[in-house]
Amino acid sequence: MSIWEYANPKKFMGWTAPLVPWLFGLAGACLIVGLVWGFFLTPDDYKQGSTVKIIYLHVPSALMAINAWFMMLIASLIWLVRRHHVSALAAKAAAPVGVVMTLIALFTGAVWGQPMWGTWWAWDPRLTSFLILFLFYLGYIALWAAIEDPDTAADLTSVLCIVGSVFAVLSRYAVNFWNQGLHQGASLSMDKADHVANVFYIPLLVCIAGFVLLFIALVLLRTRTEIRVRRMSALIARTRPTEVTT
Amino acid sequence: MIPDLGKYAGPVLSAYGVAIVLLVGLVVVSIWRARKVKAALEWIEGKRNG
Repeated sequence: MSIWEYANPKKFMGWTAPLVPWLFGLAGACLIVGLVWGFFLTPDDYKQGSTVKIIYLHVPSALMAINAWFMMLIASLIWLVRRHHVSALAAKAAAPVGVVMTLIALFTGAVWGQPMWGTWWAWDPRLTSFLILFLFYLGYIALWAAIEDPDTAADLTSVLCIVGSVFAVLSRYAVNFWNQGLHQGASLSMDKADHVANVFYIPLLVCIAGFVLLFIALVLLRTRTEIRVRRMSALIARTRPTEVTT
Repeated sequence: MIPDLGKYAGPVLSAYGVAIVLLVGLVVVSIWRARKVKAALEWIEGKRNG
């Protein structure tokens, strides 16, 4: 069976139905373990004091804010090339999740930055590109809401998604491109010397796993809802002329 | 129970509070909308079939 058959709305509804509750359960378990471990059982950092505990929210949410956009980009490209409706609806479903992740990253970054940098906000390359990414998310959601025809909306939002990907890339690599901002380099790295100490690293990985699972669970649930909304609109459109004539 | 957060208690607790409210809110709204849409679709399909 081709992989594209899983994108058939009926098949998609079938294979995702048993998966969603498990994903929510696993995400909840990882988040509770990771956050409790990070908040209650890790020591303060010698430089940053107890503010280091914000890392368990800030890093996973920032990671998901960027990766949600990349997921939307892939789904949009699939829509543009193969015209699979489920992929367009999955991109639409991921946007509100991405916007919440971006908001959490921006807020936790600001409250972490104030005691460490002495300011809530700076026009630093990473912070600025993140703010622009947040605005792109809002624009993307607004564009879906503004266009009545779903296929036209999917086409135009896909183009917007491709354009916004520049800022998603910048959000990820801005600290490498411009070495002049306040924001530090990556907290996670394949090189052990670069990433945070193990005492913070392991609960951070558990939190990241929780955020990833929560994102997948929410996107699947919301895509299922969008498929039902589309089916409902089709049924209403089909029955409307009958109602008028009777 | 709550660890001693020292002078940074405000920023740390506000970060956790806001993030948890936003995450729980997103999950609750998504589940609520999913149930509402499912019920509406079942009603329309039932009306159409019956």
